[in-house]
Amino acid sequence: MPTLSHTTPRSRTDAHLLSLRGITKRFGAVRALTGVDLDVFAGEVVAIVGDNGAGKSTLVKILAGVHPPDAGTISFGGVMTTIPTPTDSRDLGIATVYQDLSLCDNLDVVSNLWLGRELRKGGALDEVEMEQRSWTLLRELSARIPSVRIPVASLSGGQRQTVAIARSLIGEPSVVILDEPTAALGVAQTAEVLNLIERLRERGLGVILISHNIADVQAVADRIVVLRLGRNNGDFRIADVTSEMIIGAITGATDNSVSRRAALQEENDS
Amino acid sequence: MTIDSAKPLDQQDERLLHHSGFRGAVGDFLQRLRGGDLGSLPVVLGLIIIWTIFQVLNPNFLSSTNLVNLTMQSAAVGTIAIGIVLVLLLGEIDLSVGSVSGLSSAILAVGFVQLGLPLPVVLLASLVAGVVAGAAFGFLRTLFGVPSFVITLGGLLGILGLQLFVLGKTKSINIPFDSVIVQFGQQWFLPAWASYTLVVIAVAIFAYNQLSLSRRREGAGLSSTPASIIIVRSAGLLAVLGAATWYLNLSRGVGAPFALFLLLVVIMHFFLTRTRWGRSVFAVGGNVEAARRAGIRVNRVYISVFVLCSLFAALGGLLAAARAASANSSSGGGDTNLNAIAAAVIGGTSLFGGRGSAFSAVLGIVVIMSINSGLALLFLESYVQYIVTGAVLLLAVVIDSLSRRSRAAAGRA
Repeated sequence: MPTLSHTTPRSRTDAHLLSLRGITKRFGAVRALTGVDLDVFAGEVVAIVGDNGAGKSTLVKILAGVHPPDAGTISFGGVMTTIPTPTDSRDLGIATVYQDLSLCDNLDVVSNLWLGRELRKGGALDEVEMEQRSWTLLRELSARIPSVRIPVASLSGGQRQTVAIARSLIGEPSVVILDEPTAALGVAQTAEVLNLIERLRERGLGVILISHNIADVQAVADRIVVLRLGRNNGDFRIADVTSEMIIGAITGATDNSVSRRAALQEENDS
Repeated sequence: MTIDSAKPLDQQDERLLHHSGFRGAVGDFLQRLRGGDLGSLPVVLGLIIIWTIFQVLNPNFLSSTNLVNLTMQSAAVGTIAIGIVLVLLLGEIDLSVGSVSGLSSAILAVGFVQLGLPLPVVLLASLVAGVVAGAAFGFLRTLFGVPSFVITLGGLLGILGLQLFVLGKTKSINIPFDSVIVQFGQQWFLPAWASYTLVVIAVAIFAYNQLSLSRRREGAGLSSTPASIIIVRSAGLLAVLGAATWYLNLSRGVGAPFALFLLLVVIMHFFLTRTRWGRSVFAVGGNVEAARRAGIRVNRVYISVFVLCSLFAALGGLLAAARAASANSSSGGGDTNLNAIAAAVIGGTSLFGGRGSAFSAVLGIVVIMSINSGLALLFLESYVQYIVTGAVLLLAVVIDSLSRRSRAAAGRA
């Protein structure tokens, strides 16, 4: 897989890694998603943005196998498929990093990275091999974890996020879903995680990034998919979009405080 | 990140403090204590204090004869405590272990003495009863999500009822002294040569494991423990185990039930620390949801642990009946339950799940039996024993909670 820089213009002829068409999901009388389309290519970071209740989390849960969709098709690597359970999602090659990270605080970094996929040698755990491979993986991600033999509880928020993302890579996935990875992080830690997302792209993975933070999205995404009230409301290349346009698509209005201030700024400048 | 080829793979980070040599090891140890990672230190200190007090009050306390008695008393409840350690690691509890052990004693006595069945059949039946009880608790826990506290509280009563039903009209059944099971429980001691051989084998296995691990880590570019330190540690272990065995051998020696108990602890330690099953037990105890999302079959872990706990309880009941040479309606009653739970907690297994070790069963039961035996030597009435054991249990729980708090503050939770 060639290393792709995010400024490379991408064409739609590239192989679809993941392609959703007409995904619809109802919860009782509420239509959480209506005919949503989503494409993810290899080596691409797709940001899904939207207001609260726009359907971002529902879309993630459909991909993670938590909720099956009511209608619509999912094709993975060009093959039609269904994702009825979380295990099916994982077996397809979709790794989901949940917002709460799902780490076991009492276990060390190595144990958390390999949890559920431990390497064995003659029936017993192969701690040496796991520790060595953990270091290799963390080094590839340029992750700054001081020691892999300390409980995860003693790591900072950014380091914990790093461990959670690194863990998703242990199973060699082709698509990684990150749910609000920077929501609880400070400035430096956010930068650390955004760097990590670029590493994932360099590895040729398709990355789905759910975020509220427009600045983060603009810093790292190649494409922005906007959801509004459960429907697609825009699919932008990062090169030809401004934050006002994104906010406009999210809120469904061109008249809002961000665009007003921008307009004011332009008036003052002229 | 730059790679410093002189340093091992796991010590590249410049923020990492490096301690080397003896002073470094001591510094690390003190650092861990301040962070609330107390390990087995409180229980070892407590044991030293308890032994000192009782030895001052009664010079017979630390005699070889009394210590042999203490080990013989420890085997049955200690075996039950291994199972309690397992359920506590999941953050669950099993209050029915006393009743299960009583049922198992009753099945042994009725089957072997009244019905005249062959011993292996009766032993198997007792253990199967334990497995069935544990499986029932596990299924109730996983199917309905009822807290294990309530399920096993029901089990405590229900299985006590079963025990009384099995015993029938006879309230107490004596098991013949010349039977193999009573001989095992009371009279069988390892010959001196065998006990020393076992000590040497155990230390050799320890040293071999450490050395081969160290060599593999070195080969993989990870930091490793120098052979000199491993040799010192092994020599220390050899000295401690050898001295303890020598002292017990001054009297009757190492009893077969106690040797079995220690063997079971070592086996469970291996399973807890070196297998996927053990890792999943710790993971479920730490964060059930994370374990589930990592693909661990959480229900299987719960059921396996409840089955093992009741199995150990049944085995403990067999050892208790063998030592008492009888079973009656109060077998497994009284303080059996709380002694087993107290042993696990006093030994350093957290009530909050995810932290602990099989060895806490040994340390905890030795503390509890020391108190029992010390107070008995002083001819104090049993009420004092209950009060003191209760106080020690509370102290252990307080230490557990405090160390949990300081671990959280020091980022070691």
